[in-house]
Amino acid sequence: MMTRKELDLWVGIFAVAGIGAMLFLSLKVANLASFSSADSYQIKAKFDNIGGLKVRAPVKSAGVVVGRVGEVRFDNESFEAVVTLSLDSRYQFPKDSSAKILTSGLLGEQYIGLSPGGDSANLKGGDSLKLTQSAVVLENLISQFLYSKAAEGEAKK
Amino acid sequence: MIKRVTELLRALGSRMVDNWIWRLGFACRFLWRTLAESGTSFRRIHLTFREIYFAGVQSLVIILVSGLFVGMVLGLQGYDTLARYGSSEALGVLVSLSLVRELGPVVAGLLFASRAGSAITAEIGLMKATEQLSAMEMMAVDPIARVVAPRFWGGVISMPLLAALFSAMGVFGGYLVGVRLIGVDEGSFWSQMQSAVDFRQDIVNGIIKSVVFGVAVSWIAVYEGYAAPPTAEGVSGATTRTVVTSSLAILALDFVLTALMFRGV
Repeated sequence: MMTRKELDLWVGIFAVAGIGAMLFLSLKVANLASFSSADSYQIKAKFDNIGGLKVRAPVKSAGVVVGRVGEVRFDNESFEAVVTLSLDSRYQFPKDSSAKILTSGLLGEQYIGLSPGGDSANLKGGDSLKLTQSAVVLENLISQFLYSKAAEGEAKK
Repeated sequence: MIKRVTELLRALGSRMVDNWIWRLGFACRFLWRTLAESGTSFRRIHLTFREIYFAGVQSLVIILVSGLFVGMVLGLQGYDTLARYGSSEALGVLVSLSLVRELGPVVAGLLFASRAGSAITAEIGLMKATEQLSAMEMMAVDPIARVVAPRFWGGVISMPLLAALFSAMGVFGGYLVGVRLIGVDEGSFWSQMQSAVDFRQDIVNGIIKSVVFGVAVSWIAVYEGYAAPPTAEGVSGATTRTVVTSSLAILALDFVLTALMFRGV
């Protein structure tokens, strides 16, 4: 039979290993360390159409993830989608920056691309972006293509 | 004719009441007693440590080895499917999300039920059959405080740690197969995983699941042991029932928890 000291040692090792595994999962697997929501600021952007944009989708500028989509809401007065972006406060952008909804790859997930403008003042929490470009909806693209084809055909006659 | 139908219904109803409703009520009352008498397990913490040793430390080998193999199989199968769509870098996401959200808590819970739950039931059942529990009562020692509650809390504390170890080991197994064996790019394996796995949404929910499974398995195990008929047959039946009931409880609770947690944003 084990002595109590030995038993305590094993239980201690077990607890340390278990908590170590939880830390591994939160730091190495979930990357808790590098992006926390604590030091971020919120920017609003209105889009005519957000396509398949999801909450927590990345916000990228020059391909680098600088924040995440915080909330997606429908504005009852302007009939537009209001997207709240929570940006990492390490990154600052000029006031006249513009946001586009882009797709990574042909069928990949949708994300927001932020292009910096030229204003000397930076965006602060609660500001909203003036220039936005909606998501490309494949059906609209196809119908535009068909219309222009049809118009070409009529012009030739 | 009518008489036979009523007799059948009556037999069915009495089985239902005796086997299910009565047992459920007794199990709830028993859980309440266990929680109320839990003070001793924390005042005399070595009692609980002893049970953590038997339930947790001794399950380490099976948990670690199974976690490693589950992760490696996920790595192989996931690569096979993802490579068809040209997105084999997402292997890390697939392995880690399926482990942290589902497989970690569920498989660790099933292994824990069969490795530790059955042992707890058999131990308490045999203590009852050999009248050790009655002897304790004779000496004014409450068997629920001295025997049942430490085993319950030992299981509840061990289960989340075991599930976390299982998931971590599985991610490591997926890394071994995906990156070391097949040659998926190491940087994108980790970085895609880190950008897809959310702390609050995935890790915390996984830990909540494992705590719930820990409570369910420990509760069922101590209850079945305490309620076992004090015969050799009764103890063996109770041990079987522990494994069956806790496995079903884990799978059913997992569905309910998943439905509550991941409804798709």
